[in-house]
Amino acid sequence: MWQSLFEELKDHGFTVLAVAIDQPAAARPWIEAAAPVYPCLIDQDHHLADLYNLVNVPQAVWIDERGRIVRPPETAGSTDAFRAMDRKTFALPQAAAAERIRVKAMYLDAVRDWARRGAASPHVLDESRVTSRLPHAHDGTAEAHAHFRLGLHLLREGLDDEARAQMAAAIRLHPDSWAMWRQAAAKDARGLAAGPEFWARVDALGARPYYPPADIAATP
Amino acid sequence: MITVLHEQRQTQWPDAAADGDALWLDDAAIEQATGWRWKPEGLCHGELCVPLPPVAAAAEVVRDGRLDLAAMWRRSGQPVVRDSASCHWVFGTGAAQRSAALATLQAPDFELPDLDGRGHRLSHYRGRKVLLATWASW
Repeated sequence: MWQSLFEELKDHGFTVLAVAIDQPAAARPWIEAAAPVYPCLIDQDHHLADLYNLVNVPQAVWIDERGRIVRPPETAGSTDAFRAMDRKTFALPQAAAAERIRVKAMYLDAVRDWARRGAASPHVLDESRVTSRLPHAHDGTAEAHAHFRLGLHLLREGLDDEARAQMAAAIRLHPDSWAMWRQAAAKDARGLAAGPEFWARVDALGARPYYPPADIAATP
Repeated sequence: MITVLHEQRQTQWPDAAADGDALWLDDAAIEQATGWRWKPEGLCHGELCVPLPPVAAAAEVVRDGRLDLAAMWRRSGQPVVRDSASCHWVFGTGAAQRSAALATLQAPDFELPDLDGRGHRLSHYRGRKVLLATWASW
């Protein structure tokens, strides 16, 4: 997904660090097919989700030359347009498809602007605005990450029943985490956790977003 | 054999004693498994020390040169979870510690492998703008 953007911007002191919040065997074919020239890392224990309070993919963080967060974790160009999809054919109404393309382009333009102009980019947030937008960990989410880590470990140890129980405990404690739910859920032939249970969870969101909009303005 | 997971560490302790919710480890094991140190004043990490219970109750967490790390970890307000056989333990990082780290706005550092197993550390990219972007197959 980031290949052309990386090629375009790598000479501006910019890099993409892509992290698959996923299992190596599942991520491997995607990485091999994309053959990215930017670093593509595998986070099989969802460590990054714990460190940065991530709840879904794609979420991205902008980190400047000094290692400072200049945009907090936020949705990286995706929209809830998929909720209008025909659930049998996966066809998207035209308006939803157009909206998806528009939001993604706007996000990528913002990344381009930041890569080229650095701190002068209007998309770079000052410290107080970054702080106010940081996602908050609480006792339940911290405990959920511990259960989830144990579950993934037990799965690798072949202790499936105990692993499932730990992951279920994590999901109960941190119901906002789609990363936990989808990692643990049964996958269809495409490798997606997109069966009836997924749609039921999405529908249960009601007016709440699956991908909260990133609140990025159009680049002037 | 007891496996201890903390952050990205995974260590194994053939001699550790687990008893229900208690996990008894000596000072060297505690440091290697978690990076925290058992000192006279308590269980410490950098400047932060979680004090041991008063002397009268200290026997509950200190026994034969070992500390009940699980009890002390809970005292620090951080999560401890284990499997039903008490063989696999996760010492999680508490919400307060996570939030405090993020609130500095210094991006929390990490090292993760690529497909070839080569490690990449975020801080090695200092001097460049980094779009830290997640994805998944699921």
